Parts: sequence; structure tokens; C-alpha cells
Amino acid sequence: MLGKTAGGLYWMFRYLERVENTARLIETGQRIALTRSGAADSEWASVLQTVGVRAEYDAHHDEVTRDAVVDFMLRSPDNPVSVRAGMEAARQNARTVRTALTAEVWEALNGGYMAIKDALARKVSERDLPAVLGLIRQRTALVRGATHGSMLRNDIYNFARIGTFLERADSTARILDTKYYVLLPTAYAVGSKLDNVQWEVILRSCGAGGGFRMAYGQNVRPREISQFLILDRRMPRSLNFCCRKIEDNLGYLTSGYGVKATSCDTVNGINRRFLAHDIDSIFDYGLHEFIQDFLGALVGLSEQIQTDFRFVA
Amino acid sequence: MLNPMAEGTNFDEMWGFDGTLRAPYGPYNRWLEGEDIKRLRAKQREADEVFRLTGITFNVYGRAEAEERLIPFDIIPRIISGAEWQRLCKGIEQRVRAINAFLHDIYHRQEILKSGRLPVEMVAQNAAFLPQMIGVEPPGGIYTHIVGIDLVRTGEDEFFVLEDNARTPSGVSYMLENRETMLQMFPELFSRNKVQAVSDYPANLLRSLAACAPPNVMGPPTVGVLTPGIYNSAYYEHAFLADKMGVELVEGNDLRVVDGKVAMRTTQGYRPLDVLYRRVDDDFLDPLNFRPDSALGVPGILDVYRAGGVTIANAPGTGLSDDKAIYSYIPDIVEFYTGETAILKNVPTWRCSEPDSLAYVLDNIEELVVKEVHGSGGYGMLIGPTATKKDIAAFKTKLKARPGNYIAQPTLSLSTVPIMTRAGIAPRHVDLRPFVLCSPEGVQITPGGLTRVALKKGSLVVNSSQGGGTKDTWVLED
Repeated sequence: MLGKTAGGLYWMFRYLERVENTARLIETGQRIALTRSGAADSEWASVLQTVGVRAEYDAHHDEVTRDAVVDFMLRSPDNPVSVRAGMEAARQNARTVRTALTAEVWEALNGGYMAIKDALARKVSERDLPAVLGLIRQRTALVRGATHGSMLRNDIYNFARIGTFLERADSTARILDTKYYVLLPTAYAVGSKLDNVQWEVILRSCGAGGGFRMAYGQNVRPREISQFLILDRRMPRSLNFCCRKIEDNLGYLTSGYGVKATSCDTVNGINRRFLAHDIDSIFDYGLHEFIQDFLGALVGLSEQIQTDFRFVA
Repeated sequence: MLNPMAEGTNFDEMWGFDGTLRAPYGPYNRWLEGEDIKRLRAKQREADEVFRLTGITFNVYGRAEAEERLIPFDIIPRIISGAEWQRLCKGIEQRVRAINAFLHDIYHRQEILKSGRLPVEMVAQNAAFLPQMIGVEPPGGIYTHIVGIDLVRTGEDEFFVLEDNARTPSGVSYMLENRETMLQMFPELFSRNKVQAVSDYPANLLRSLAACAPPNVMGPPTVGVLTPGIYNSAYYEHAFLADKMGVELVEGNDLRVVDGKVAMRTTQGYRPLDVLYRRVDDDFLDPLNFRPDSALGVPGILDVYRAGGVTIANAPGTGLSDDKAIYSYIPDIVEFYTGETAILKNVPTWRCSEPDSLAYVLDNIEELVVKEVHGSGGYGMLIGPTATKKDIAAFKTKLKARPGNYIAQPTLSLSTVPIMTRAGIAPRHVDLRPFVLCSPEGVQITPGGLTRVALKKGSLVVNSSQGGGTKDTWVLED
């Protein structure tokens, strides 16, 4: 396979995952705004912080408001990670790697791109927002479903999966990074009503509300949330789950190509350094430092993968 | 249901000159008479949706707001009988063989120039002529691996060649996708009509390209399609062909010269390529040998080519024969190399470089089509009968300033074929581009081709860049 093709697949699926995650962040923000009026404004600010576009937002806005943030996250040309920009980037990459995709995957993506582009052609009213967010989730899920159902399990699939899980690990870690302070043991001691809201925000932002209750019941505690989102191997958005998947897929590439890439060692190192401990030792290390170090390690891993497989000349 | 005679006096491929249904359209017409116009309209919309979803798009240069556009597809097929096709094929094969022999001669002994049949300046002053190709022996002796010959029709047996596309003919993906769409939407039509298949084109293309591999390649050669990238107007087709052939789609920045071979950067390192079906123009192929500012090509690829390490299809310098001034000599070229009279006729052509012709063209410009000799895609031409006085005056100035840059032709009364319009079924002018493959194993012509149709009533301009559409083209088994 061409190195460029591997890179195109990796980025196509990273962008697609990012679009889905952004939609979920907006959904959570909206939900909080509707049910907990007091917490809403700071919630929109932390949405911007989570995806790292606060500076871009501030360059064009004087204050953080629901309307402005939703529009910025969905469709602003000033936001490089808006849903619209993400869909465009995913499709641009898909066009580059079109020969590596099945017709089902391409048509799911192209159809999704067109539908989302149409839905975002004008500012989305509050009334239409749930339907638009639902459309984004459905369309991205359709691409994923087509990928699972129609693609050969070969190196093409491996690069698609690596992109997906790298972006997902990054997203979960960023959400934790923005909200780490409400998960600290000291915060639990405080146990205010506001913290409960924040815990709910974290779980919803990771699409983990239902899964968490299934695993831990109604007993929402910061220690369990951290355990669930960082270490739980059943939770498909946990850091541990994502990094194991990356390791698996790099392992398949190693068997397929007959050569072990450096990035295999990199991801193995991440798994041993960050994810082989229990949650108490992570709190001992410091949750904030842990997340920061983890995010840094992910950047290194991404760069190593791009080098190993010659994404660019 | 149809009343073609109301439209004009040209030859209609369904209804002839006099409104009598022509034989190839018999079964189709019986089907059409049983159809409801509303259902056909719904089918037309369905087809548009299929094309949109599949992403069969075309980029129009210089139109930012419509970066990707669909070429309109018309659901009424253009039908050609097997016998008609047989006659055309003889002429096409003769012409393509002559063009290939001509190119070989021009880059070697130049007998045709020595004999005086073709003026030296036609070649010497031609930008498409590449001195770098002199003395180079392309693998298998083939210059024109893939050719598209544009034909127009004016009567029952009257076909003319409008232009030759020996450099990089595009549109074959539309031929294939149009057929796929028709098969999906009107399966019943294909059980009533014996239509010759076009679907093996990609397999034939791959076999034909592989047969032209450099002689020192052991085992099955590695073939790749070289594209300028996703912003190129025909990118869809490049990806489509690579996909259907099961070969890599590469860009210049994926390639590099390694140990005297052209090699592509794979996830496992550089791997050699033996045959490159390039859809990048000569100028951009090799920044070391041609345009130094080109980012689309591969530095040093021409040196590998000259040393016999890679096959480039079509060969560099092939564009010479697409030149519209050279075109006017093709009947002589056919005679010179085959010893036979050209079976396919040219459209009568005035070379404005010749003073008598220029005078005639200036006097009669209102009735003529004037084209740039190096132009393509319908750009830079004047259609006398529909041009405004102002356009004509401006064009005359350009013409007088550089007469050698132009040729002129009469406006032919092009044949029409019915299409679906908002107002119902109506005739529109068409042309035809059959696709031809050349290799040492022979010349192969896919039964069908790209039918382009001028969507505007009375218009003669079929180019997709100028608002033309396409149709499925049926060649029947007689």
C-alpha cells in the first residue's frame, strides 16, 4: 500500500471520529444548558477549551454564549475543527484513498458529507439542533458500520482503526483534562451539587452514561468515573481500550508486513507506563499530570506512526 | 409521442431525415411508447441521485463556487447497429495505426518531412513536439496506448473525425458508469436489446498496458495510474480506473527514481513501478527535463524512460498528433504510412497559416467554426453562426495577429438523438468518442464510447466544460 494511502485512511477516520465527538460535546452542552441553568455558561466555555479552540473563538467573539458556541462548533469557517471542517477533511482524505475504500464506505461517507453540508448550510436554530446532531451521529455511524461490514481485514482496515482509536483516546483524554479537578478526591469530599452536574457532563461527553450505570449502578463517584474512562477494558472510549486497539492493529501490521515498526514499542510503552496501574496510583501520581503526560505521549505515537509507515515523503 | 421533424433538417439517429423510425431504435421505441413520461422523469431524477452519491464529478476550472460538478446524464440511450459499428472500427483502427506510425517516424527518421508530405514547420514550431523524445524507442513501439477519436455524424453513412485525442483522452469512466446506471435503472431494456458489453474495458486496459511493459521486466509488471491529484478535473476518472484495474493511484510526490527505476513510496518502503498510465501532461511530467516549477511530476523519470526502465503511457510527445493543424494532414498521414486511402473522413479544414485560406476564413467567418490549433475542451473557439458581431470582430483581430494559431471548419449539421428535457422528449446534437487501446498485441476498440450531447436546443457545443451532458452509447449485436 502507498504510504500516502495509509496516511489518508488514518486521517479520514480521525476526522470522522472527531466530528462525532464534537457533536457529542455540543449535545452535552445543550443538555446541561436546558436542565441546569446555573452551570450552562461555563459549560460552553469548557467545550471550547476541550477541543482547544478558545483562542480562535475569542478572536471573533466578545462573550461566550450558547448560540455563538454552537454555531462556531458546527459550522464556523474560523474554527478548524468544526463539524463542517471535519466532514470536509474526512471527505478530502477519502477522495485521496478512494481506491482503498469499498463502494459502501465511500457512498456512506459521501452521502453523509452531502447531508451534513446541507444541514449546516444555514445557522441551526435551537429547535432544529437535536435533529441536526442526530443526523451527524447517524451519518458517522453509517460510515463506521459500512467499514465493519464491507472492508477486508487487512492493512487498509488497520490504518483506519488506528486513526479512529488515536482520535478517540485523544478526545477522552481532553475531556478528562478539562474537567480533571472535579474528579479529584478532594472534590469528592466537597460533594456539592455542582460536582454531580460535572460528573454527568463528563460521562455524557464520552457517551458513557449508560455504560457507566450498567457497570457501577447509580453510584456516581469520581474514583469510579476515572477508573471507567481511563482503565476499563470494556468501555470502548476508555484510554485503555483505545490504546490496546492501537497496539492490536500495529501488531497485525507487524505480522502482515513481517517487520516490527518502532511505533509498536511506542504504544507498548504507553500501555505499560500509563495503563498498567490501578486508579489509586494514578491519583497518587496526580490526575492532571497523568492526563497531560498521556496527551503528550499520544502526539509522539501519532508522529511515530506517520514516520514508520511513510505517510509523507 | 415524438415529432422530431419540427426541429430542423438534420439527420436524427432515431428518426432519420424524414421521420421514419430507424431500425436500431425499433425495440427501444416500442418500449418507450409504453412508458409514462412521469415515470421517465422520476427515473431521470433517480439517475441524477445515483451520480451524486457515487461522486462521479467533474471539476470545472476557474469556478470556485462549483468546485465539483456533475455532468448531466440523459437516460435515453444512443443506439448504433453492429454493422455501422463494424464500418467505423475499420476506419478507427486504420487511423490509430497511422498516428502511431507517424509519431514513430517523427521521433526517428522523419521520412514524412523529407518527402514533403508534411511541412517541416508543422512539427518544428509545434509546442507538443518534444526534442527529448528523438531517437527514443518506446517499449513495444507504442506511442498511443489509449486513444479517443471524436466523431460526428451528418447522415446515414456520413461520419467525420472532429479531432484526435492521442495524448490523454478522458471520459471512459462515464462510458462505464453510464452503462452501470442504465443496467440498474432499466434492466428490462437490456433483455429486449442485445447490447454489446463495455464492462471489460478496465481489464483490457490493464492487459494492454502490461503488454507494453519494458522488455527486461520479469514476471507480471507493476502498473500504476499517475494523477495530478484530487483537484484535477478528471480525478474521479483516475481513481475509478486505478480501482477497477486494481492498481495503485499515485501522485508525483509518491514517486522517486531509485536505482534506475521509478519507485513508489509504500508503507514498507520504495517499490518499483514498471508501467505508468499517466494522466499528467508532458510539461509537468519531469521537473528536471521539462517545467522546473512542476510539483506534479517525478524528477528524472524521463531519464529512466529513455533508458528503457519504465513505460509511460501515453508516450511523451504524443500530443503532437492532437494538434488541429496536424489534424488537417491526417488523411495524407494515413495514406503515407498505410498506402491506403483514409476510411474515416476529416471535416474540411482551412489552415489559416495559408494566405488564401485566411482570406476565405475572414470573408466567411459567420458560417465557420474557428479553433485554436492547440486548444481543447471547447475553449478559445468561435462558432460563427451563433457569435455576436462584437465577438466576431474581436476574434478577427486575434486571427489576423496570429493566423498560424487557427484553423477553421464549416459548421456541420450534426446528427441529433432524443433526450429528456423539461418540456418532454426533444432532439439534441451529439458527438461520439470511442476508446481505443493499442499494444503490441493489437488494436482493441470498446463497442460503445462516450456520447456527449449539447443540452441546449440547437447548440452544437457538447463539451462538458461548456454545459454538455452524456448518454449511454449502445452498440447492438446484429
